[in-house]
Amino acid sequence: MIAWAGPDGRVLPVVTAPAPVLGAVGDEVDPTSPEVVRLAADLVATMRVSPGCVGLAAPQVGVGAQVFCVDVTGHPKASTVHGAFVLCNAKVIEASRWKAGREGCMSVPDLTGDVKRAGRVVVSAMLPGSGEPVTVTTDAFEARALQHEIDHCDGKLFLDRVAGAHAIYQRKVYL
Amino acid sequence: MHELAITVIGPDRPGIVADVSEALAAVGANLTDSTMTRLRGHFTMTLICTGPASAEAEAALGSLKDVVTQVRSVSPESYGVKDGEPWVVSVHGADRLGIVAAVTRVVAAAGGNITDLSTRLAGTLYVLVAEVDLPPAAGDELAQQLAVAAAELGVDVTLRQAEPEIL
Repeated sequence: MIAWAGPDGRVLPVVTAPAPVLGAVGDEVDPTSPEVVRLAADLVATMRVSPGCVGLAAPQVGVGAQVFCVDVTGHPKASTVHGAFVLCNAKVIEASRWKAGREGCMSVPDLTGDVKRAGRVVVSAMLPGSGEPVTVTTDAFEARALQHEIDHCDGKLFLDRVAGAHAIYQRKVYL
Repeated sequence: MHELAITVIGPDRPGIVADVSEALAAVGANLTDSTMTRLRGHFTMTLICTGPASAEAEAALGSLKDVVTQVRSVSPESYGVKDGEPWVVSVHGADRLGIVAAVTRVVAAAGGNITDLSTRLAGTLYVLVAEVDLPPAAGDELAQQLAVAAAELGVDVTLRQAEPEIL
């Protein structure tokens, strides 16, 4: 099981573009270190209090590290669902079934964009705390969320992947 | 048969597209390619049409209130990059003077032809997305030059190949 079962974290402020941390490649982390476990807990706590938030990466709380959380539970576009989980040093090792979809981001609150993502991915990563290596195979909305968060850890925003000049939109309401 | 390039800019309101196209239809102007959008609330429409002489189209649009219009005769030729490959450039960062100028100059120097471009200012975040036709094998070098320009501007830039979506 990869579900998050760590301590309660603090709710951190979410940084928005053009903050430089969002464009920097995050450092690989030691998943067993107490700071990483605390960061994981803080990411989960911050995600949980943010309406509509299905994932949050360390750069979005101002930390340039390869750690993120995801929870797409209950989302209508989700198929496979692993609940709330946190991954460290995650890499996409297989990607297929590419499909365009609309994405937003708490760090780019005023815009959304059409982005092509794999509808099925295999991701290798380590769990915070135990440091256990895991392979996550998922699809549909959870696969999209993982790719979006892994991009954050690589200093990329959905704006770096939009399909074309007319694929960004002014957001009318943030959930 | 005349080919006309027309721009119409003014405060946005319901019915403005209908008014513009009705005025043109009344003088026999046949719309071919057109685009309309709102830029920070301003109505902007650019279109190419065929039919009447430019003076006639100009007179027809002259009846519209509160808009700036321009009509010009054009020739149907257009410039294209020979064997051009479609790429997409994304730029985002803190707003400052000259981002578009600097980035598009680098693209031009690489022989790239911008075929579509949009920019947005959202708070302090400036976003530019451009579709570019590049000469064959020009991508890697342009990516390096864009990275240099982006570092000077303090913005992030990505250049990637556009994916053809042809069934």
